[in-house]
Parts: sequence; structure tokens; C-alpha cells
Amino acid sequence: MPLLDRNGAREDGWTRSEGAAIGNIPAVIVPWDSLADALAQQGDGQSLGVLIPNSLAISALAPFLPRLALVAIGFPAYSDGRGFSLARQLRRAGFTGELRASGPLIPDQFAYALACGFDTIELPQANAERQPLEQWLRARDSYSLTYQRDYGTPDRNILDRRRAARATAAPGPR
Amino acid sequence: MYRYDEFDERFVRERVAQFADQVARRLDGSLSEDEFKPLRLKNGVYLQLHAYMLRIAVPYGTLNARQLRQLALIGERYDRGYGHFTTRTNLQFNWPKLRDIPAILGLLADVEMHCIQTSGNCIRNVTADHFAGVARDEIEDPRPTAELIRQWSSGHPEFSYLPRKFKIAVTGAEEDRAVTRAHDIGLRLRRHPDTQEICYEVSVGGGLGRTPMIGKVVRDDLPKKDLLAYLEAILRVYNLEGRRDNKYKARVKILVHEIGAEEFARRVEAEFAQLDGPSINADPEEVARIAAYFAPPAYETLPAVSNTLEAAKACNPVFARWVEVNTTAHKVPGYTAVTISLKPVGQAPGDATSAQMRTVADLAERYSLDELRVTHAQNLVLPHVRLRDLPAIWQKLGEAGLAEANIGLVTDIISCPGLDYCALATARSIPIAQAIQQRFADAQRQREIGPLGIKISGCINACGHHHVGHIGILGLEKRGIESYQITLGGDAGENAAIGEILGPGLAAEEVPAAIERIVAVYLAERLEAESFIDAVRRLGLAPFKAAFQEVPRAAA
Repeated sequence: MPLLDRNGAREDGWTRSEGAAIGNIPAVIVPWDSLADALAQQGDGQSLGVLIPNSLAISALAPFLPRLALVAIGFPAYSDGRGFSLARQLRRAGFTGELRASGPLIPDQFAYALACGFDTIELPQANAERQPLEQWLRARDSYSLTYQRDYGTPDRNILDRRRAARATAAPGPR
Repeated sequence: MYRYDEFDERFVRERVAQFADQVARRLDGSLSEDEFKPLRLKNGVYLQLHAYMLRIAVPYGTLNARQLRQLALIGERYDRGYGHFTTRTNLQFNWPKLRDIPAILGLLADVEMHCIQTSGNCIRNVTADHFAGVARDEIEDPRPTAELIRQWSSGHPEFSYLPRKFKIAVTGAEEDRAVTRAHDIGLRLRRHPDTQEICYEVSVGGGLGRTPMIGKVVRDDLPKKDLLAYLEAILRVYNLEGRRDNKYKARVKILVHEIGAEEFARRVEAEFAQLDGPSINADPEEVARIAAYFAPPAYETLPAVSNTLEAAKACNPVFARWVEVNTTAHKVPGYTAVTISLKPVGQAPGDATSAQMRTVADLAERYSLDELRVTHAQNLVLPHVRLRDLPAIWQKLGEAGLAEANIGLVTDIISCPGLDYCALATARSIPIAQAIQQRFADAQRQREIGPLGIKISGCINACGHHHVGHIGILGLEKRGIESYQITLGGDAGENAAIGEILGPGLAAEEVPAAIERIVAVYLAERLEAESFIDAVRRLGLAPFKAAFQEVPRAAA
């Protein structure tokens, strides 16, 4: 399935496994139900990822995070925004691996997904064909600045920009 | 009033461009109708019964003359010469063409206005007390809080695909004129009894619709500086745990009801405890920057009584009556707040023509320090009027057909657009409102009855707030015929209550007589100076039910 990151199309280095059988595939994503079994089989140098439903509580996943290189959160529909909050909680829990949104998202959600901590978006083939890459990139750049602090970089945040402007305007302590 | 800086301006302009791009992608088939729908809704564009409808945000109900004139222009150029003010203090145009909407959005952006998040499953336009900044019972002006929330909620990356819509209201006064307890989140600024610091009382889970509920207080001492982090915690709990299996059970009120307010509060506090406040909240300088826009205007020093006004009242009882009913005490001596009724008898409640909007804009500019408000009761307010200017204002309003003296009275009816416009409606609302108005049109009779709030919704979504009407009317459809359910005892104020059903549904033409019978019970039973709602509370439903049973019915 087509994969995007913030810069555009990306080659997917991960293989999906339907169950816990991971053999010696170098980088493999297993379903949440099979994670415990897969971890038991994990070989040296083998990277493991998990696909979780968006109804999973962060507390259930947290103990596994140190051993995971990728977490994919399922988006059953673009209108179901649970994944955005789950992504925020995963980043807050210190997860630094690849965070992937997997499902029929729309280009207008690209910037939101990136701001919430996702690295990649994995789309169904049909969606990617109907909504080509250039639409995703244009939608990504719809807003040059946003209002919410702590979602992405301070230089694109309006409140932080105002604060910076105030600091420049006011004479600082000598 | 708040004024956009370069960043606010750019944000709104980028939203206009984004919407144009979204329309183009819908037209070329890239976006399916299903995918496009929430995108257009989040920009206030509905597909209604006969046409598209555009809902324009009036954040916390505050407008200046230039903005109202622009709305008048849009109404004239792109609609049928009028607009409709809503119970969320927004303005709706009922007949715009889809191809004109980008141009309308451009005209709105020119006057610091937009349609952002006036619909859709996101945080909606925030509302506040319409007497903010002028009310005598105010502890702190709610508008700086409301503006901060407007900005924070605009294009929120995490909370734009919620289970359902999410409404926030703010009040800073003793009397709750913003109906905060009927909102997903209600914020009440209060002085902490121990520390004397101003803080927020936060209630969650209020809402009307098909399952009306009064919000529960989850925190009564939230420090002002923690507001955004606390809102983030509430929204995150709701976004993750609110029901998505049934749209009628998806509002936060259902989650709060199902797990209990205490458990909900516990989950919010647990989330809040993990947040790093300083990296989320607006810093004090930013809060002060916003608040400075709402500093009191330069009032003149005036005597508390105006001889000009008193003389005019003495020789004109109709004018005197209007002053009595349509003005509200102002915290500055010599000033008053004028409520302009958009409920002239026989008109659609909340409608204003472009010509009327211009008249009101002129009055705001000349007599109210260039400011006006929209109320959730679908009226307009001139908040800073010198007492001595009232005769001139009344004269001009009269010429525009806007001098109805009925604020808070039986003909000041809140009504949704109903089946005349709305695709969701199951029955007509506006004609019912008009028929009741005509029945009670006599000014003397209205005066005798006193304060009485009738609210009408044309379907169970309750846009007309019927649950919190002293008398509520809900239009349903039964076997292809409109049927109206009457409720009694609802209250939108600080004693918020949901009305109770009086009896079986009525045919449209039976409604005015039924209201008359209910009112007759009140008039017969009331104590000295007892208002309708107070009498209902004291008497209970029984005597009203008995009278209601006797309403002659066309269909047995």
C-alpha cells in the first residue's frame, strides 16, 4: 500500500505479517493480538512493529514500547479521529520510533497527522489513486502558521511567534 | 473589541484558499461526496432543503458596524436581502450559491470574519454572555477567555475529527445569560472563596438535542493560567472515549452520563496531570494582549438619570414601555444596554433584512461606541448607549420596524428555521412562532403576563432550545402529520432545568390555544409579582397538565 512521509512518497521497508510468524524478516509489522508471540520469537537485529486498533488504551501498549521500532495506528475511517489523540499519547510516553497512520485518511488531515506526531501515512491503493501526491503536499502546506502550542515546531506557532516578537520589541534585562 | 493581527489575518485568508482548493478537488472527483461533506461543514456550508446554507461565525456574539454592513452587503449581493441570526449567535444565509461561497468568504475575511467551525464534529464557535463587559453582576469579562478559546480551537490538529460537535460557552456574571450548563463545556468565571483569585468553574456534559442534560461541574477552582491544558485534557478524554457507534450517543454528555461525572473528572485530572502546562497554555503576556482589546471603552461622566430621557418617557407611553422592556442596567452611570428585538410580531424570529442591518450598524456606530452583540435569544444588543440617546435610537428603530418592546416576553420566541428551510426538520417552527405571536400581540396583555420564554424546535436536535424554554415546543412528524409536543418548566439560566412533557402532541393549529390555557393557569394562580417560571416551580406540573388536557383537539 502506498506510503507517504512529510516529504512525499516513501519506499516501505516494512513487511506486514498476518500473525505472529515473523521468520527472519528484517523489519516486520504484526497485529496487536500477535505482538506478545512475535516478541518471544524476535531475533537479533530484527525490527518489530505493531499495528494497533485506535481503541487500544495507551496503558496496554506502553510496556512494549521500548522493544518496538514502529507503531501503526489503524484509522478505520478518515472521520474517526481517535488516532490523533493516541499518537499524542504515544509521543508523550517517549516513543521515538516510526509512528504510522494506516487507513483511508484524506489530504486535509496530512498536516494534522504530522502535528500529532505521525511520521508516515499508509493509504489504501484506491485512495492514493484518487488523491494523488501533489494534492497531499498542497494540503500539507495549507497553513503556514497554527494556533496550538506544542504541536510541531515553535516557529510555525502563532502564540510563540507573538511571544518572540514581544521579546524582540521589549528591552531585555542588561 | 478584538482586532486581528497579521497572524490571525493570514490564518483566515489561508482558510479561504484551502476551501477553494477543497471545492476544486470535489468538483474534479478527487474528494468523494462523503469526504467533502465534513470539510464543507467545518466551513459552515450546509446543503439544505432548497439550497446551500452558509453559517457565519460571530465569535461570542460581538460585531462592529463595519462587519454588520458587510453582512448586509453579502445578504443583498449573494442572498435574498436578509439573514438569520441563530441561537449560537451566528448568522445564516439561506440562499447562497456554492460557486459564490469563496467570494463571500473573501468579503468576510476583509472584515475579520469567517465561517470556521460553525458546523462539523469539531469545537464550534464559542459563545459568551451578550452583556459581557457591561453587566452589573459581572465578576470578569468572559470575552478574553472566549477569544483565547476561539484561537486555540481553530484548526486544532487533534480535535477536528471528534465523535460529534462540541460547544463551549463562557460567562463571567452571576446570572447565566450564556446558558453555560447546556453546553459540552460551560465555563463560569468566579472568585475563589478562599484565595479571592479569579478562576473557572468548569462544567461538562450539558447539551440539548434528543437527550437533554444539564452539565455537571467537574472542577470549581481551575486557575486561569491552566485553561488551555485543562481543555486539552477534557477533549482528549472525549476524543478517545466518546462513543462513535451511534451518532445520537456521541456527544460528551452521553460519556459523562454513562461513566458518571466523578469518573469522567478523574480521567480528565489523570490526563491533565501528565500535561506540561507551560508548553501548552498561553503565556500571561498573551492573555494580557488579548484582554487589552476588551478594556472598557472611554465612557463619559454622566448623571445617573437623564432628564431628556425622563421627559420623553413622560410624554410617550409607548416609548416608555420600550425603554422599560428593552434596556438593561449598565455598570456605568448614565449608560444602558439596548436590546433590539428581531421578533416583531408575525416575522420569522431572528431574521433581519440588509436594510435593517445597516440601520443597526449606523446606530451602533453613532450611539454605541461602534459595538453590538448578537444574543442566543436571536436579538441584537447595543451595549454602550447614553440614556439621553434612547429617544433618537427608538425613533430610528421604529422607522426600520425594529422597535418591538417584547424582550423576554411571550412574543420574544426563540425558534429554529424548521421545515421551511432545514433538511433535518420534522415540522415547521417559524409559522408556529408567528401564530403564537399573533395570539399574544396585544402589548397590554404581554405586560400583564410578564417574563415568559417560549422556545421552538422543529426536530429533536433542539436547535431552538425547547428543553430549556419555560414553555418548550417540539415539532415532530407522526404518520406524515406535524405534531407538537409541549414541555413546561425548562430554564436556561443559572437554575438550569429541562422542561417536562405536558401531554400528547398537538396539531399545529391547536398550539396557540394550548399556550393560552397554560398562561391562563399562571395568571389565575400566581402570587404577587411572581414570574411564570417561579409559579411553575411552586405549583408543579399538575394544574397545567389539567388545563392542557382540556385543549380541544381537531383529531380525537
